[in-house]
Amino acid sequence: MSEEGKVVKNAVCTFCGCVCDDIELTVDPSAKHITKANNACVLGKAWFLEHKVEDFPIAMIDGKEASLQDAVEEAAQIFVNAKFPTIYGLSDTTCEAQKEAVAIADFLNGNIDTTTSVCHGPTGMAFQGVGESTASLGEIKNRADLVMYWGGNPAEAHPRHFERYAVNAKGMNTPNGKDDRHVVMVDIRPTPSSLIADTFLQVKPGSDFELLWAMRAMVKGSALDDSVEERTGISKPVLEELIERMKSCQFGVIFFGMGLTMTRGRHFNAGALLELATDLNDFTHFVALPTRGHGNVTGADNVVSWQTGFPFGVNFNRGYPRFNPGEYTTSDLLGRGEADALCVIASDPASNFSAKAIEHIKSIPVITLDPKPTVTSSLARVAFTTATYGINVPGTVYRMDNVALSLRPAFDSPFPSDQMVLKAIKDRICELRGLKGEQATSAA
Amino acid sequence: MASTLRIKNGKVYDPINQIDGKVMDICIKDGKIVDKLPKNAPSIDAQGMVVMPGGVDIHCHIAGHKVNLARKFQPEDKRHDVSPRVNQLRSGTGGTVPSTFTTGYRYATLGYTTAMEAAVPPLGARHTIEELHDTPVVDKGFYVLLANNVCLNQLLEQGRTEEFKQAVAWWMNAAKAYAIKLVNPGGDEPWKGHRNTNVDNLDSKISGFDLTPRTIIKSLIDVSNDLGLPHPAHIHCNNLGHSGNYETTIETMRTAEGRRAHITHIQFHSYGGELNQNPISAAKQISDFINENENISADVGQVMFGQATIMTGDAPLTWTLRNMTKSKWVNADTECESGCGILPFSYQERIYTHALQWAIGLELFLMAKDPWRMVLSTDHPNGGSFMNYPKLIRLLMDKDYRDQEAGRVNQKAIAKTSLLDIDREYSLYEIAIVSRAGPARLLGLKNKGHLGVGADADITIYDELEDREAMFNIARYVIKSGEMFIKDHEFCNDYYGRLMHVQPQYDNDIEDVIRPFFEDYYTIQFDNYAVDDSYVHGAEVIATTNT
Repeated sequence: MSEEGKVVKNAVCTFCGCVCDDIELTVDPSAKHITKANNACVLGKAWFLEHKVEDFPIAMIDGKEASLQDAVEEAAQIFVNAKFPTIYGLSDTTCEAQKEAVAIADFLNGNIDTTTSVCHGPTGMAFQGVGESTASLGEIKNRADLVMYWGGNPAEAHPRHFERYAVNAKGMNTPNGKDDRHVVMVDIRPTPSSLIADTFLQVKPGSDFELLWAMRAMVKGSALDDSVEERTGISKPVLEELIERMKSCQFGVIFFGMGLTMTRGRHFNAGALLELATDLNDFTHFVALPTRGHGNVTGADNVVSWQTGFPFGVNFNRGYPRFNPGEYTTSDLLGRGEADALCVIASDPASNFSAKAIEHIKSIPVITLDPKPTVTSSLARVAFTTATYGINVPGTVYRMDNVALSLRPAFDSPFPSDQMVLKAIKDRICELRGLKGEQATSAA
Repeated sequence: MASTLRIKNGKVYDPINQIDGKVMDICIKDGKIVDKLPKNAPSIDAQGMVVMPGGVDIHCHIAGHKVNLARKFQPEDKRHDVSPRVNQLRSGTGGTVPSTFTTGYRYATLGYTTAMEAAVPPLGARHTIEELHDTPVVDKGFYVLLANNVCLNQLLEQGRTEEFKQAVAWWMNAAKAYAIKLVNPGGDEPWKGHRNTNVDNLDSKISGFDLTPRTIIKSLIDVSNDLGLPHPAHIHCNNLGHSGNYETTIETMRTAEGRRAHITHIQFHSYGGELNQNPISAAKQISDFINENENISADVGQVMFGQATIMTGDAPLTWTLRNMTKSKWVNADTECESGCGILPFSYQERIYTHALQWAIGLELFLMAKDPWRMVLSTDHPNGGSFMNYPKLIRLLMDKDYRDQEAGRVNQKAIAKTSLLDIDREYSLYEIAIVSRAGPARLLGLKNKGHLGVGADADITIYDELEDREAMFNIARYVIKSGEMFIKDHEFCNDYYGRLMHVQPQYDNDIEDVIRPFFEDYYTIQFDNYAVDDSYVHGAEVIATTNT
């Protein structure tokens, strides 16, 4: 290694769902931290540059330092002695770790859920109801001449979304970037994102569904009376101009965030927006995409879906997968005091779930896997310190548009990966339950 | 599990080795067929049973982005059809788009040991391989979509045919693909970039390009042959589903000019009649052409009544169907590479078009003079789930049953076909051809589809029953690469299966042509695009013939 340290080109940033894969990292010669993260945004720079390998114990049992082996044994014992173990989190770890987590839930007849249930879960439900017209982000870059954002603030939450994918990005049919596009922002208040918009629509809080439904009616050619302005805050002429723009563009897109999915109406809002995009395909090509937050929340949706058939909130109590949001979603089942053991991977429900759910978390054995101490890990019976994906751990992640990417870790960590810990727990569970854990390998 | 096994006293159907129901021993050692074993080797007594090579599905949709969207999309298709965990064999859900583990186990239950995913945009290859890895038992591979690839089509448009060939080879390596797939050649650009329009003629210019579908088709057929790929260009023709489309299909086959080409789910491309009016059967015209042209092969894409999922790279087709059914719909565009449409669908006996499609598929099977070149598929799950194969086999083997079923469907449709006039019944030998030996040979898989010495020990043993549907519904024994997977109808083991792919040679300089295109028009880095070897566990590289 040179004096200047190692350089990792085309590194993948997992801070947010943009999953930018053009980062150039410089690793300090000590190989203990990153000194430069070229191309990264302000969030990505913080993610890479502030990552230090800290001197945490590899594992704790009841707040006391423990060996990895003892902690794995304790975690496996908690799992096999539970009647209704539930696993949660998973949006900030690799697909390889996610697969192990689903296997554990399957072998235990337990429950598995991801942070999707508290962010774009309503989008997943709306999708099941009405479908979607979607695209990978490169189609937006190459083709979209009308770009709308609804209920999101990418300038602060996904800082490179404009530059890499949707607004300033220059593509095949958009060689002049933003000059070739019309940008519309819909939100309840001006944000740093709305500053770049050609059109900003300030919708009345809680009336997204009404506005979307009015727009659907207009696209379909139905008459609308003037009360739309009083209900939604947007006047009929403004809407008429917008609808005309939407119908006449070459390629339109609406990105939407939690400002839509986690406010009044939730999956109705997401469904109305997805249907609006679908309706517009009678006139032109139109797509809609949720702007997903966590670095691999989309991977979690994918892994849980291909292994069980359902995207989140999956229960194996009967020995096969069942799906019922509200029943098998973690915040709900903890709020009802149902699970008797909880394993949290890369998430911190004790800091953001309801008071009732947190109360229940405090009353049951908890296992955590996280690179850093969290409120949840401070309550855990068994807390593992794991290496950070993307910085220390290789593996697969999915960008918000379902494109899979391979991570390029910058340096080694003294801590094991989530996958290693989960696999060790899974193998021990299989031993305790008399199951042969691993599939037979190819004879050839 | 012992590494040797003798299957004795079974009636063996092994068409590649011209064995037609002969009672003989099959010997297995270390995952392969051998000519003999010591007398005291472990054995299975297969008296009264039928021994065949494991089934080979040449065309199905079982893994990748579109398949996973279709899973997430349809919880209603799953809750009535669950697949519980059996010890360490993972649980899952079924319906028309089963979860990955369930897909593998259900294929095995039917006696299938190889399945090829038929449509993957290269950008989705990594995802597809991840899912295939979680699809147990079967060996597998996938076909990569290249007929709407913008970079490739620009090379064609500029007449850079040698660079086109090199780029195709590069792309197959980058994706770890098995074959080249064409879907509605040239149709994506009008769909994505020109207000949801489509191409409808092989010789019309594609919007946005100085290029015709015929040029794309011809070029990819040529490249498949020139690279010596084990399987030729696998073509989903233009105008799928449209009345009168058989002419497009025949034109597509003519474009091969005598070189090898495979037309997939050809049933959907065998319609006569006038555009926008009810179709009639053109099975005879299509069969006649294929019977006379040995360079052409096809799989049928049989429609089976009941629930299906339309799932295709042919996005304009799905939109057309969506506007008829008004059901929920998915469109998913992949940058520079592909389109995709998904739609829940149900084939109903009383509906004229559905009954006609069902009958045309059967006509195509029954009119084929050479079953080696007209093999079995339902284009799972487009024409219906692969779980319908046993019923389809019975329809082919049992004229009385077939006529009785034909009596239950729309009679106006049946009257437009010659189905009732055909007396042919497939033999077990012919079933072994269309479900195993034929697909293996068309795929260029020399170690599959037969039980000769050196073949992979992928073997299925069925109880011989008069009711062929019951017989093929559940294998008595399934042996995969020499390992017993199903024993006396019970799962007794687990098995990964291998990913099969090709590595055609290319000139590294082609990266200098492709890289700038990536930098301008893709959103991932060129150096992050190719799928690396860490994703393929137990891969098998199938040789190309000119390398």
